[in-house]
Amino acid sequence: MSLTAEAKRGLLRTMLRIRRVQERIESEYLKDEMKTPVHLYIGQEAIASGVCATLRTRDAINSNHRSHGHYLAKGGDLKAMMAELFCRSTGCSKGYGGSMHLVDVEHGNMGTSAIVGGGIPIGTGLGLAFQMQKLDRVSVVFFGDGAADEGTLYESLNYAMLKKLPVVYVMENNGWAVCSPTLTRQCGDNVFHKGAPDRLFSAKIDGNDPELVYETTFQAVERARKGEGPSFIECTTYRILGHAGCVAQDPKGYRDPAEIEAWRERCPVCAYQAKLVSEGVVDAQALAAAEAEIKAEIDAAFAFARQSPLPTAADLHQNLFCE
Amino acid sequence: MPWSRIKPDTNEPEYLSQDMHGSATHAAVTSEPFLQHSPGIRRISYAEATNEALSQALSLDPRVFVMGQGVDDPSGMFGATRNLHLTYGRERVFDTPLAETALSGIAVGAALGGMRPVYFHNRPDFLLLAMDQLVNHAAKWHYMFGGAVSVPLVFWACVGRGWGSAAQHSQALQGLFMHVPGLKLIMPSTCFDAKGLMLSAIKDNNPVLIIDHRMNFKQRGIVPEEPYTVPIGKGVIRRNGRDVTVVAVSHLVTEAFVAAQELAGEGIEAEVIDPRTLRPLDEELILESVARTGRLVVCDTGWKTGGVTAEIAAMVAEKGFGSLKAPIARVANPDLPTPAGYTLEQAYYIGKDDIRRAIIRTVRGQEA
Ligand SMILES: Cc1ncc(C[n+]2csc(CCOP(=O)(O)OP(=O)(O)O)c2C)c(N)n1
Repeated sequence: MSLTAEAKRGLLRTMLRIRRVQERIESEYLKDEMKTPVHLYIGQEAIASGVCATLRTRDAINSNHRSHGHYLAKGGDLKAMMAELFCRSTGCSKGYGGSMHLVDVEHGNMGTSAIVGGGIPIGTGLGLAFQMQKLDRVSVVFFGDGAADEGTLYESLNYAMLKKLPVVYVMENNGWAVCSPTLTRQCGDNVFHKGAPDRLFSAKIDGNDPELVYETTFQAVERARKGEGPSFIECTTYRILGHAGCVAQDPKGYRDPAEIEAWRERCPVCAYQAKLVSEGVVDAQALAAAEAEIKAEIDAAFAFARQSPLPTAADLHQNLFCE
Repeated sequence: MPWSRIKPDTNEPEYLSQDMHGSATHAAVTSEPFLQHSPGIRRISYAEATNEALSQALSLDPRVFVMGQGVDDPSGMFGATRNLHLTYGRERVFDTPLAETALSGIAVGAALGGMRPVYFHNRPDFLLLAMDQLVNHAAKWHYMFGGAVSVPLVFWACVGRGWGSAAQHSQALQGLFMHVPGLKLIMPSTCFDAKGLMLSAIKDNNPVLIIDHRMNFKQRGIVPEEPYTVPIGKGVIRRNGRDVTVVAVSHLVTEAFVAAQELAGEGIEAEVIDPRTLRPLDEELILESVARTGRLVVCDTGWKTGGVTAEIAAMVAEKGFGSLKAPIARVANPDLPTPAGYTLEQAYYIGKDDIRRAIIRTVRGQEA
């Protein structure tokens, strides 16, 4: 499965867009206009971008507290996302959800849980629903190494293997859960990536390589569509910024600055950009044009969010139950 | 089987109303003994009523499926799901791994994906493992996303009692769930309601929890064959009375009714209300009754502190204080884990006599 130049440009464009959106949120966060805890995706862009590039609109994704990248890569509207971060009525969740609870039904994003591990069974259940209705749809679950500590992953994987559900589990091992490194929480180098190959297609890959993420997920999604069951893909990556909020809010002293530096050197966006330039797939001019377009889109989305109405006390009691 | 010794099979009492048409107030004013003596009526067991509801839902709506530990085994969840898999296949009526946490989330996901799951747990005790998905996820999914998504889901669990079931197999946890906005909570007490409320729950676009009781499963009652729904959030008056309002849930409706019948001979007329749904609660029905009687006794199969009796008593104290002529009495299980030994069990569980004493105390100001 080799990617066309067009597809490669698409991947880079998605990564770049996520990166610039995250950077803008970071740089404006201390203005206190976005009154919601943000978990930035900087450093992990290759994963959401590579995975979602293999999916169709009607395929589902399920994500976690660090959801901006997943939402955008799956086709989410930036204006609706920014309005949600500004807690406006025009937000994707009408201001009821905030940064950790993005939704986009049109693109198969059926709602985001900020309970670590909480979305894993829900994404599995979406796979069950697709299978029962004989729909040609796949469900992808994104979660972190922290969520891999939770029992829901073990229970869900077992069930997905038992029923051969069309589910792809994408674990983003960014080395950290808040301030705890993976190896203080898990014995050894993650337990799950060595699943029985006949029942679980599993792979452990460099999550900073978008083409590898794409190719691996492509195989997993093909399997799922053919009814061959679930897959588990562990993507190694790194959370370059702090757990939540902006850089100034990240406590110092829990990780080695040299570790952060080493991963900054391996920035997936810069590396992929350099690769595509050297391959002649993009040039400086095209890059500048893409940057300008993205900047304009971000400016417009922030302006839209700022100008949008806030929900009022009259909205408080809406939407508890569905009619 | 021990259950036959705990409670023999019995016909339901001749309630004022079985609310065949979902109109509680209508039944209250006509005060005709309902249907019990009509010819050609069908009396079936509680399990058969629940089973019939599921069977009709499965045949009417291809999105409905039934899951849970043992739903397709020979005992079929006390009979509630027995043999459904033979008619509808194991694709739609299936056993689950012992993984309540994830399977609850899988049910939520399946609901989001267009299905209507009915997830059976044979005991509420096991729902504690499903708490994360029920409370953190299902109950919030519609609100948290501004109405963009909904979770049409039914959870069912059946309170155990007796035969040394002990502390981890007999908890009546409705108080915990009544606390949660976004969940609907149903506790039926008759065969008619077991069927009609199950069909309503499956039709509802929200997460609905049905907490049933093993005692109810010893009943036989009048149940029409065709599918029908009983409205969620509507209680019913089971007996009219001028002196005191007794609100009782689940199998305690029968206990309260029998206590009230006995007291009629002693000059006390108790009105018995079956709320049927705890959330949303039919506050109007209770307040209207208390406005007439001026007195309230609340009975629940769960614990007293912070539970259903506390909530209903507080609601009446807040909204109906002006009607009250006596302190509100609560009849609930003591704040203790359930003991196993039968002498301890006997001391633990409340029933007809406790309700009777509470009624007398409330009406006469003293127990004798
Ligand atoms: C059940 C639960 N426990 C704890 C938390 C608090 N918490 C939020 S994010 C997080 C770390 C999650 O780590 P990981 O899954 O690796 O995702 P990452 O933040 O690294 O992207 C924790 C502990 C939570 N939200 N939910």
